[in-house]
Amino acid sequence: MLNYLSKKAAELLITFFGITLVSFFLINLAPGKPTDVVSDLNPRMTPEIRAIYEKQWGLDKPLHIRYFIWLKNFSKFDFGNSFSSDSRPVWDKIRERLPITILINAISMFLIFLIAVPIGIHSAVKPNSLSDKVTTFGVFVGFAMPVFWLALILQLIFGVWLNVLPVSGIKSLNYENLSFIHKFFDSTRHLFLPIFITVFGSLAGLSRYMRSQMQEALSQEYIVTARAKGLPEKVVIYKHALRNAILPIITILGLSVPGLISGSVIFETIFAIPGVGQLLYSAAMARDINVIMAEVVIVSILTLIGNLLADIGYALADPRIRVK
Amino acid sequence: MHFYRRLCNVCFVSLALSLGFNISAHPQDNPNQPASGFAARQAYGDKIIIGSAAEASNLIPMLSSDSASHEVSGFIFNGLVKYDKDLTLIGDLANNWDISEGGLVITFHLKKGVKWQDGVEFTADDVMFGYQTIINEKTLSAYKEDYFQVKKAEVLDKYTFRVTYDKPYAPALASWGSLVVLPKHILEKEDINKTAFSRKPTGTGAFKFKEWVPGQKIILDANDNYFEGRPYLDEVVLRIVPDPTTMFLELKTKGVDWIGLSSLQYQKQTDSAFFKKNYKKFRYPSFSYTYLGFNFKHPWFSDKRIRQAVAFALNKEEIVKGVLFGLGSISTGPYVPNTWPYNPNVKKYEYNPQKAKELLKEAGWQDKDRDGILEKNGKKFEFTILTNMANTERIKTATIIQYRLKEVGIKVNIRSLEWSAFINWFIDKRRFEAVILGWSIGLDPDQYDIWHSSKTKEKELNFVSFKNEEVDKLLEEGRRTFDIEKRKKAYFRIQEILAEELPYIFLYVPDSLPIVSSRFEGIVPAPIGIGYNIEKWYVPKRLQKYRIEE
Repeated sequence: MLNYLSKKAAELLITFFGITLVSFFLINLAPGKPTDVVSDLNPRMTPEIRAIYEKQWGLDKPLHIRYFIWLKNFSKFDFGNSFSSDSRPVWDKIRERLPITILINAISMFLIFLIAVPIGIHSAVKPNSLSDKVTTFGVFVGFAMPVFWLALILQLIFGVWLNVLPVSGIKSLNYENLSFIHKFFDSTRHLFLPIFITVFGSLAGLSRYMRSQMQEALSQEYIVTARAKGLPEKVVIYKHALRNAILPIITILGLSVPGLISGSVIFETIFAIPGVGQLLYSAAMARDINVIMAEVVIVSILTLIGNLLADIGYALADPRIRVK
Repeated sequence: MHFYRRLCNVCFVSLALSLGFNISAHPQDNPNQPASGFAARQAYGDKIIIGSAAEASNLIPMLSSDSASHEVSGFIFNGLVKYDKDLTLIGDLANNWDISEGGLVITFHLKKGVKWQDGVEFTADDVMFGYQTIINEKTLSAYKEDYFQVKKAEVLDKYTFRVTYDKPYAPALASWGSLVVLPKHILEKEDINKTAFSRKPTGTGAFKFKEWVPGQKIILDANDNYFEGRPYLDEVVLRIVPDPTTMFLELKTKGVDWIGLSSLQYQKQTDSAFFKKNYKKFRYPSFSYTYLGFNFKHPWFSDKRIRQAVAFALNKEEIVKGVLFGLGSISTGPYVPNTWPYNPNVKKYEYNPQKAKELLKEAGWQDKDRDGILEKNGKKFEFTILTNMANTERIKTATIIQYRLKEVGIKVNIRSLEWSAFINWFIDKRRFEAVILGWSIGLDPDQYDIWHSSKTKEKELNFVSFKNEEVDKLLEEGRRTFDIEKRKKAYFRIQEILAEELPYIFLYVPDSLPIVSSRFEGIVPAPIGIGYNIEKWYVPKRLQKYRIEE
């Protein structure tokens, strides 16, 4: 097992290295440079001033050298400084925005799991029943609906017409003066719509996957055996079938972390939530390479950890994998 | 992410010709203000929530080039001079100034007793410090060029600051605005590019920095010791809402007090009783214009008759109506109406397709095969207009132009591009036939960089490669004298030539369309806008919405 793990870890390290290499060159291949925000179509910008910026930001060096410098800094966990007029360390910018993104995604993941799994089980146990059809229709509506459109409609309904939820932001203006319990309510009200939209849009994938896993499990011979020996249907479904069906689901859930983060780009902008998704969007627009790279690194680390956990999960469950 | 059509703030910012000035300049006494009765309503208190699409990046004015940062630092800092509400330069931290030796020497006499917000007195040393900081090669500032022109800067005494130039340079006076006034006693030993001051500044202005909640808001407090008197409002909050639609919904729920509307919102979505009761709308020409520019390197467009023919074929009023819902004015040159350099009497091209066809025929273009498209030497008259993707107004404009030019036998293709690709691959490389773009224009009329024939190298701004010796001479004249009448003459003549030669077809000047909660009083629109006298805005006691809770 240890041998298997160390081999896996080495693979991941190489993959990670590859990701940074390809991302770095891809980002730099895109038209435009970080200095463009300051210099494009700006009459006060002379070639001399542009050269000052490029020198200070280290953009005057060849691309491969810049990559090695980036790699060297990264090995010391230094993401460099942002190429915007604030010149702040990239990690500072990300750190202040990471908690809210993680909070929203963690709550969303939890709710997705909590809702999608029962839907999937139910659909598998009673396939093609009316309730199966209704829930299937419901989750697909969520899947098919564009996030930005749904967000606007809900903002309009709950924020403007009914006036029961705030339209955007994460805190009210008078948040500091509220008591603890009111602070909690205030945050809940602000986070309700973003979380609802994230959850609603992600139910389809997981519940459908759960449904097919469960159906497969239910068609296995051990289920026939279980039923044959007279076990109650509840025990058959929740003990025998579910245990086998749910393992891959946990893996899938882990792998959907990066997807949720990229989804954050959209709803964080719409709901004015100061998270890393919004930061990524503005950094991409401004060609702020260091910030983009840092976010790419974070998302790829999450993906790789998700992969690793999936592998470990399989290895634990299936001895054939760890022997091979 | 195609639906973020208006989020590309970066694009608008980088178009700006000049951002170095505070729009929240400070007022003279308001002549429109009735004395008694009215004055009794004025009260201290309340705050204003300003909706901002982008977050500021750096509050040291010389270091930032985004309009969001300048908007915030404009509340906090003052310059030696500022633009008054009618766009003339007046003293701000300077009482007055002398220009001597034919415009080579400017001597500023500073106001006495002005205090930085930490209580230390403001003196000429602070100006000197700002000047030395901006010309320091380590300082990352996009505004250095104006200060490289200075031959010598001296502090004559505590309240007198003098600069000497090699050549008279008219935009120089305006450059002594808020970009170069920094508190020496705070920043002397700091690295300007890395200092924490950039997110926690101390200025001399009407409002002082209180708090910055990243990604959410920046809060400013009234400066009790402001040298022009304490502002009525207790607080200014700049609230960041990146999505324009969300911003509008926030307006509907009164989550923001002041935002800029789009033409559509102004005309169609804010006419309800709710808006009439709770908001005041304003409308005045913005400092920008949109144009159709031709590439003079292209053989067809180097022919003046072709450019004029295109001008006659277009109906600018129709574009203003169709694209801006009528909320703008037609443009006839590179200045906007109601400003002193604007020349109203230049050649105008009324919509006249017949005239357009004649000019095209004169240039040798005829539709011999009767397919509706003109030919010359076997080539069809077909060209492509490039514009940037994020700007729907420009794409609509291009579509109207396409339709009108088809009527005179010219086939137009429209291609919209991502901003960086557009600038780097097409504009900078001169790979275009025609473009639709816009300029934000500075308050000084000097446009040397856009029209002078020496400014045609890669990355330079005369990218249409316009060349006219008289214009070159006049541009030089205009920036070498401080005499406003002489400058006016030069710029009036330039506009006549541009209207005749048509390097661009000037299309329209969109209106600025701010909307402000109706509880604020004391707003007096002027050519410069509405924000210039914000420290005189107030909310009558009974209407005050937010109270400062300690």
